[in-house]
Order: sequence, then C-alpha cells, then structure tokens
Amino acid sequence: MTRDEPRTLLHIDWTRCDGRGLCTEILPELLTRDDWGFPLAPRHGSDVPVPDRLVDAAVEAVALCPRLALSLLQR
Amino acid sequence: MSVAEATEAAARVAAPTGTARLTSPGSPDLATHLATFGPLPVRAGPAVLLDELRASGLEGRGGAAFPAWRKLAALPARERARGRRAVIVGNAAEGEPQSFKDATLLRVAPHLVIDGLLTVAAAVDAHSVHLYAQSSVLESVSRALAERRDARSIQLREAADSFISGEASAVVSALAGRSPVPQDRTMRLTESGLGGRPTLLNNVETLAHIALISRFGAAWFRSIGTPSDPGTRLVTVGSDGKSSTVLEIAGGSRLGDVLRFAGIDPGSLSAVLVGGYHGAWLPASALEARLDRQDLAVFGAAPGAGILMGLDARHCPLTVAAAIATYLAGESAGRCGPCVNGLPAMAAVLGRLARGDQDPALAAEVRRLAGLVTGRGSCNHPDGTARFVLSTLTVFAEDVAAHQAGRCRKDHS
Amino acid sequence: MNEALWALGRSTGVVALALITVSVLLGIVNRSGRSPAGLPRFSVALVHRNVSLLATVFLGVHLLSLLGDSYAQLRLVDFVVPFLGAAKPFWLGLGTVAVDLLIAVVVTGLLRRRVGVRVFRAVHWLTYLLWPVALAHSIGNGTDAGQAWFVIFALACVASVGAAVLWRLTPGFVEFRSVRMEQRP
Repeated sequence: MTRDEPRTLLHIDWTRCDGRGLCTEILPELLTRDDWGFPLAPRHGSDVPVPDRLVDAAVEAVALCPRLALSLLQR
Repeated sequence: MSVAEATEAAARVAAPTGTARLTSPGSPDLATHLATFGPLPVRAGPAVLLDELRASGLEGRGGAAFPAWRKLAALPARERARGRRAVIVGNAAEGEPQSFKDATLLRVAPHLVIDGLLTVAAAVDAHSVHLYAQSSVLESVSRALAERRDARSIQLREAADSFISGEASAVVSALAGRSPVPQDRTMRLTESGLGGRPTLLNNVETLAHIALISRFGAAWFRSIGTPSDPGTRLVTVGSDGKSSTVLEIAGGSRLGDVLRFAGIDPGSLSAVLVGGYHGAWLPASALEARLDRQDLAVFGAAPGAGILMGLDARHCPLTVAAAIATYLAGESAGRCGPCVNGLPAMAAVLGRLARGDQDPALAAEVRRLAGLVTGRGSCNHPDGTARFVLSTLTVFAEDVAAHQAGRCRKDHS
Repeated sequence: MNEALWALGRSTGVVALALITVSVLLGIVNRSGRSPAGLPRFSVALVHRNVSLLATVFLGVHLLSLLGDSYAQLRLVDFVVPFLGAAKPFWLGLGTVAVDLLIAVVVTGLLRRRVGVRVFRAVHWLTYLLWPVALAHSIGNGTDAGQAWFVIFALACVASVGAAVLWRLTPGFVEFRSVRMEQRP
C-alpha cells in the first residue's frame, strides 16, 4: 500500500445488495452497473477504495442504500 | 511429564520414513495409532508450537495454502486478554466432487486429526473444539472419539452436502446453527467468528500434519518434499475416464509421476486439471512440472487441496469444461447477485461454444463475464469458477479455434 | 378559538392523508428501482423520507389541535390506545391505529441501521395497512367526508395508490427483473 492510496474502503455486502442503483448514482466516479444492475467498480471487487474528495458522497450512499448493503471500512 | 520426557516418549516410536506418513497406520484404531506414532507429546506451549510450525513451512491443505503458523499467530492476544478464548474447528467438508482425501484421512488415521485438534486447542487454551465432517465419515470419527478420554471436548458436526460447504464462513454459519452458506465478512474469522469469538479453522489434513510435527519436529517434516512444498501431501487423482484414488505423495512431486503412480498414463491425456473445479489446467506438455507453488504458478494453478483430474485426449475439453461450469453455476449459494446471474450466463456462453456455435464473439464474451464475476461475491466461488473457465480458454485455445471453425473432431459426449 | 382549532384539526388531517398517500406512491416507485422521469433514484428516496416526516408533523398538529375540542372529547390515551373514544369510537379508533402504525414505520425507518433490515422491512410492510386505515378514518370521522371536494380527493388517493399497487404486482415491476435470476435471501 502506498501513501497515496485511499484509506477508506466502501464495502459491498453482496448477500444484501439488490442492485437498486442508488449508490451508482451517488458515486458515478466509483461505480457503474453490471449487466444485471449490480454496482460495479472497475478493477475492484467487494472493497472499493474511496478517494478523500468522495468520502462524503460515500457516507451518503451508505446511509441511503435501501438494503443496508454498504459500509465504510478504514484500513 | 516434562517436555523433554514427552519428546523422549514420542521418540521411542521411530518417525515414519518414506512418503507414507499420514497414511502409515494399518488400521484406524487407537492402539495401532499409538504403536505407529507414539503418544501425543505433552503440551509444549504456544510459542514452541508456533516456532516449530514456522520452521516446518507447513501450509494449509484445504485449498488456500495459508501458512499454518501464521493463522495460529493471527489469533489476537487482546481477545484472550478480554476473556474471549478461541474456537478451534477441524474442517473436513469436502464439497468438491473430485476430492475425497479428507474423508480418506478420517477413515485411515482419525486419531492423527484428533491429535492435531487437541494440540492446537491446548496451545491456544481453546474455548471449544469442533470437527465438521461429511456424513460418510461420521461413524469412523465417532468410533475414534469414543476410544479416547482426552477427546471428549471435541464436538462432531455433520457437514452440509454442497460444493461450497467447506468455505470458512459457511462452516462457521453451519456450526452456529444457521444456513451452511458463506457470509459477508468485514473481519477475519481469527478476529471474530463463531459466537463472535476468535475462530481458527484448519483443514483436517493440516491438523494431522501438525500432530506429526509436534511429535517429530520441523526438520523431520522437511526431510521430504521440496523447499517450496515441504512434507507430504494427500492428493486425489483421477481422470474423466477413471475413478479417483487418494495417494500420499512427497511435496513437489512431478505431475506425470503422480499420475503414473495412480495408474493413469500421462500420454493418454490432453491436460490435467490441478486444484479441482476452482483450479486451472496444465497442458500435457507441462506434466513434468512439480506439484508445488512455483512450478504451477505459471499456469495460474496451485497445489490447493491436492486434486488432479486428467482429461482424456479423445474427449472435447470444451464440452467437459462447459459441464463443470454449469455444475458450478448450480452450486452458487444463490445469495450474491453477480454470482447468481454471472455464473449461469458464463456457463451458457461456454456451452454454446462447446456445442459448436460459431459466433466469433463467444470466447470474448466468456472472458468478459469471467471478469465481471471475479471478486464480486462474499466467498471465492465466482473467482474460482472464473479462474477455471479462463484457464480453459487459455490452455485449450486450439480447441476454441477448432470449434469456431467448425472442425472439432473430438468426442463431445 | 375553539373554531380555529377545529378548522386546523380538520385541515391538517386532510393534508397528512395527502402526504401519506404521496409517500406510499414514492415508496412504491423506490422499490421498483426505476428512476421516474429521469430523476435520480436517491432523490426519490430522500423525498419519500421527507414527505413521510412532514406527514408525521402534520399528524402531530392534527392530534394536538383536537385535544381540547369539546365535541371530539379526546383524551391523551386516545392518541395511543384505539377504540376508547367518547364520540365515534370506531372511526376515531382507526385514526389511533394509523397513528401507532405510522410511528412504528417512521421510527424503524429512521433507525434502519440500528434495527436491521429484517425488522425494518417487516414493519415497513405495515404501510399497506396504515394507508387504508388512515383513509377509512378520514372518511368515517371526517367532518368533510360528504363534501364534493373531499370525495374527489379520496377517489384520487384510492385511484393512484390502487394503480401503483397493481403496477407493483406486475412481473416487470422491478428494474432488471427480466434479465435477473432469483436471488436467495
């Protein structure tokens, strides 16, 4: 891990995610949607690094996820 | 009895020589076990066990190949200080259809596995000890447990019968009385697992090796095998034409030798699937490779849980692979969207390719879907399935080309 | 003064019902996962939440303004325990039931992360009980129930929620449903 890498991770709980699409609207810089509508972070799986400038938006995405499938982790 | 005396007692029985270590008892009963390996040395303390395991280089034999000492060291000391003693789990759930080395071990040498569990449990002053095993071996394990007084603390639990039943979080979920499916995790099981306690899961073969290392030492363990794959390992060897056998081999044995030892002519094969359905193919030209991390890495494979499946050169590899991919798609626990949707889609496109659909975009679509499912689930089932499918496209590139040109002449049944 | 409170009580009741109806409609749109008229989904979710909170505020005013009313003769216990009222106990009781349900739905909605998805969803389903109960209360208890404007308002509420529920029951309701496999909970 280099110094510039974000310390905040957006964790996706796939067992809860229903691909409603709210997070992809709030965090278009991080997430798109796959063929079935589930959030897709290019080059990342379940833990998506969140740059500092997007942390507030990520907090909002966590709060608004209708399935409570998102959480923020600090590494 | 002091440590020295215990070691001396164990030393009264000579350490096994040759590659038959775990499989050296002629009978699974306690008397044979004691005659073969001697008594379990008196607990030597966690630091001694940790050092010995570290020196041995033993890696987990359940598939993930995590160094055994590091897992033990990962148990957080602060949790123990808070009175949250660890839970120890022996994992013999072998959902992989090509593998039955763990079941074989529990039939041949159940007392070694029990010794391993007790050794680890004593080292960490465990809260509870569990053994999670398939119904087929419950009887032999119960018989072994009943033979000894020191194993009363071990709780035996029947494993679910599904491909992913052995996944660590699925095992913990099952032991907690919930559905035996993988769970979302943001903390390691060694931090918070069963009942919120630090939980140490080990494959039963790993535990059996621990039982031997604590008797005969790290140097003895490393006296066989290669530096990158020391000791012996159990492998399940078969082919799509021949039923599988379980062997105990020296670490880093050459693939061709292992196949021959199992009665399979490497010359009759087009490739060998290493690591089971979540593994990768090695082409026939590569069968001189050693079954160790270094040699297999080139092919994206690893010794894993020691599963080798030869592919008969007359059989169409894409047809075989599509059937496996379809099976794996059906074995999704069905909880994570990308896996639930992605695996059947990927298997379906591979199936079209295998059945002779000449659409030139199919191979690229399989690769795209494999990329789409990788890393996007609560367990590694989508990742393993994608690895297998991508390996199929890479190793059998000529067969893919033949299919797209409509000239595959191999057996498609 | 009594007359002013009475008017306030009536009007806030009607507004609360209107807001609850809008919130139900937005909730159904939310559940579909679709973005109506290109509006972002998260804004629909936020409006759904804020409209519900506003409805709760209006309901509070509705209750307080009628507390001192000489005809309704409400006691504090009638705000919580249904069917004890002095006048029209049944219809008043429906209002009390609606209040209780709304409090449960709003509180679990706000404390979603605390109570967990299961409890949140189970309680949120009660909205489908809450809405008709509130509507019945407004018709049975409301002074304006016979007025033409109220009839039109009530019919509009029924028609819109009815249409939304029918849409909710169609197979194509959820976005991506047609391309998705069934997911286990």
